[in-house]
Amino acid sequence: MPGPGVAAYLILSVILFATGAFGVLIRRSPLIVLLALEIMLNAGNLALIAFARQTGTGTGQIFALTVMVVAAAEAVVGLGLIVAVSRRHVELDVDKLTTLRG
Amino acid sequence: MTNFIVWVVWVLAALALLSSGIAVVLFQNPFYSALALIGNLASLAVLYLLLAAEFVAAAQVLVYAGAVVVMFLFVIAYLGGRADAPWAGKPSPQSLAAIVAAAAIAVEIVVVIALKAGDQLSSPAQIEGSFGTPAEIGRLFLGDHLLAFEVTSIVLLVAAVGGVILGSAVPRESRS
Repeated sequence: MPGPGVAAYLILSVILFATGAFGVLIRRSPLIVLLALEIMLNAGNLALIAFARQTGTGTGQIFALTVMVVAAAEAVVGLGLIVAVSRRHVELDVDKLTTLRG
Repeated sequence: MTNFIVWVVWVLAALALLSSGIAVVLFQNPFYSALALIGNLASLAVLYLLLAAEFVAAAQVLVYAGAVVVMFLFVIAYLGGRADAPWAGKPSPQSLAAIVAAAAIAVEIVVVIALKAGDQLSSPAQIEGSFGTPAEIGRLFLGDHLLAFEVTSIVLLVAAVGGVILGSAVPRESRS
């Protein structure tokens, strides 16, 4: 395997995951929280593909593709929820969206 | 020589990955954050190529940079993304706690991986030329992992129906 070993990719993935987690925790806009969630999912994908390269089996890549589909579905539902919330003229701020009443 | 080129590409992709990830989190305007996410996903695709995952890299560019980010941009343009800057002014206890929590997550993952797999990571397996190609992925998906394939289609269908319902429902009484 030319270039850096699998451990370097894993360290990169950990740093990326921590960045995404920090974004989810600190941002108040639900749109950016969703973007940071995508970063976290992609960090998980990077680790899965690095482990797939490590073991030499394709199962990790299959898992990564499935995670990608779930991330796309999550983005659709999350953005749909944000649009539905904004239709009710509620301010888009995760600290103020405290009731689930319809 | 190949080794050197791979190292250069890896370092460039890693720097782009981390800087664009930080940019997504720190940009005040959600529109800029979504644009920075494109750079993040593109540099991830480069890393996937270096890990011999050609099909996943292509799917990453098509599905994420092509579809998901465009959807984000549409919604941000529709809602008129409002800028927020939680770190403006003096640092709040919440932002300090967020930094500590993110660092704790990173340390936890590193420790767990090092304990569980640290001694196996030095020698990656030998792979054939077909590893990660569309043909190989298709064989795995329709052979060993057929259930995951079918569940994936159902998840996509449910998400599409849910997106339509959430987007089209008009509130019974509109509040102001």
